[in-house]
Amino acid sequence: MNDHKPINYWKSEYLGRILVTLCGMVIVFTTLAIIVFITGKGIQSFTVSGISLWEMISSTNWSPNDGQYGALIFIVGSTLVSLGAILISAPIAVALAIFMNYISPKFGEKVLRPVLELLVGIPSVVYGLLGVTILVPFLQRTYGGVGFSLLAGIIVLSIMILPTIASLASDALRGVPPQLLEASYGLGSTRWQAISRVVLPAAKKGVLTGIVLGLARAFGEALAVQMVIGNTIKLPDLLTDPTATLTGILTMDMSNTLNGTAWNNALWSLALILLIMSFLFIMIIRFIGNRGAGK
Amino acid sequence: MFMKRKKASLMLALLLMIGVLAACGGNGNNSDSGSNGDEVSGMVTAAGSTALQPLAEEAADEFIANNPNVSVTVQGGGSGTGINQVASGAVNIGNSDVPSADKLEDEQLASELVDNKVAGIAFGIVVNEDVDVEDLTVEQIQKIFSGEITNWKDVGGKDLAINVVNRPASSGTRNTFEKTIMKDVKINDSIGTNQDSNGAVEKSITSTSGSISYLAMSYMVEGKDTALKTIKIDGAEPTTENVVNGSYPLWAYQYMVTKGEPEGAVKSFIDFMVSDEFAAKAGEMGYIPMSELQGK
Repeated sequence: MNDHKPINYWKSEYLGRILVTLCGMVIVFTTLAIIVFITGKGIQSFTVSGISLWEMISSTNWSPNDGQYGALIFIVGSTLVSLGAILISAPIAVALAIFMNYISPKFGEKVLRPVLELLVGIPSVVYGLLGVTILVPFLQRTYGGVGFSLLAGIIVLSIMILPTIASLASDALRGVPPQLLEASYGLGSTRWQAISRVVLPAAKKGVLTGIVLGLARAFGEALAVQMVIGNTIKLPDLLTDPTATLTGILTMDMSNTLNGTAWNNALWSLALILLIMSFLFIMIIRFIGNRGAGK
Repeated sequence: MFMKRKKASLMLALLLMIGVLAACGGNGNNSDSGSNGDEVSGMVTAAGSTALQPLAEEAADEFIANNPNVSVTVQGGGSGTGINQVASGAVNIGNSDVPSADKLEDEQLASELVDNKVAGIAFGIVVNEDVDVEDLTVEQIQKIFSGEITNWKDVGGKDLAINVVNRPASSGTRNTFEKTIMKDVKINDSIGTNQDSNGAVEKSITSTSGSISYLAMSYMVEGKDTALKTIKIDGAEPTTENVVNGSYPLWAYQYMVTKGEPEGAVKSFIDFMVSDEFAAKAGEMGYIPMSELQGK
């Protein structure tokens, strides 16, 4: 009955397009605004409070009451805990994704997928509490010492980011055209050969995206790690030593320092450092991914 | 046609909802402006120190019961947040564990703020229950937290490694501990662990053998006092009497910081906090009432 009516371009085309573009713009603007704000706040400790940038990223002496703002311990702590978590959880997550899609799709669809989705939804404070009540006493009994340690942070964090990486990797694997699999079977490959040499490389980009998101979450996670890592201002000699992270120091001290003081400015600089580090690592992973794909 | 009707009804529902919401908003505004009479009326907002928060909340409940025309809101956030917010005018009262001048660098701003003492808090030195020491001298505590003494056998206990638990450097509790006990001796941050809150310290102390830390006595009421072992300092227990007679050093005032001298409802509320009427309740909650601290 609408056949003879002229098409209303406003309703059927422009409205949707404007709405979608607007949403995109808002996200881009918000991200830019956050970056600009943190940068503006973060450089104040160098421009206003007179802290030296080199001292901040190279010194291990953090005692704000005496005007010492060396953040190297936190930078190393954040890096170690995030990379450690990725090293543990990325292989497990990819294996899980393969299992779900190719080895046992029925079980994967009915049990594993819902479980992973549930895991994503558990708040980080719950992971932290479990870490403090179960993991820390366990490490204490096994390795001696206080139990609050880099290792505890890595374990808690790897469990937290596992579902993120696994579900994205699984989506990526599912997106691989079945023809590729069939063709490799046709060439006489075993199932494992087909998965490891054909399917995985084809899904590499999606898997990497999962790892990037996992890493970003690992860098940014504050609460759970802060609860189990001990927050000792010292470089760890062993995996079982306590240490501190950028986010941990931020959450502990931000609410107790005043706007405009050197201490508060230094904390904003830590936030800026965290942002830059997170960008750097994401770019490194993307770079590795692109180089592999170019071959 | 059917689709159109559905859309129309959707629009109608939306309009109705907006109308209801707007009406709600209107009602909310009306109730804010209290009636003007001889009684105190108005709004008091307070934010800051989590150590003072339970007492302020209790006082707010009783104060509102006596003065129905006043609304009092108490929030946490930390001492720094409290002073930040009162300095920027976002709240009427900034609760703080330390005098505002200790936190501020800007002297101009510091001179505008008034610190009103509302209570005292004693802090206890707490240890894990496997520690068999009952009493420590100030000097021994200094040596433990600076890392000079690392085993309980050096202070009269059994052979057991000491695990120090600190609060982060910006914490008001830690500042009090540094000022009253450590004095010129530095806390060694590269030993032991740092825990963010009273709850985290409690958990850490009960689960770590040989551990020692400091906790507000106001946190240790309601059964928690039995789970944690408190140590005497130079033979004195953390009681109100010992703080008042000067034999127990580890305590501090709690401040309600205002921008300028308090007026109106804010003044009445702060007066109520320090009144004899409220003193018994404050004592019961583990705080030291101001009436006990007169002349100190």
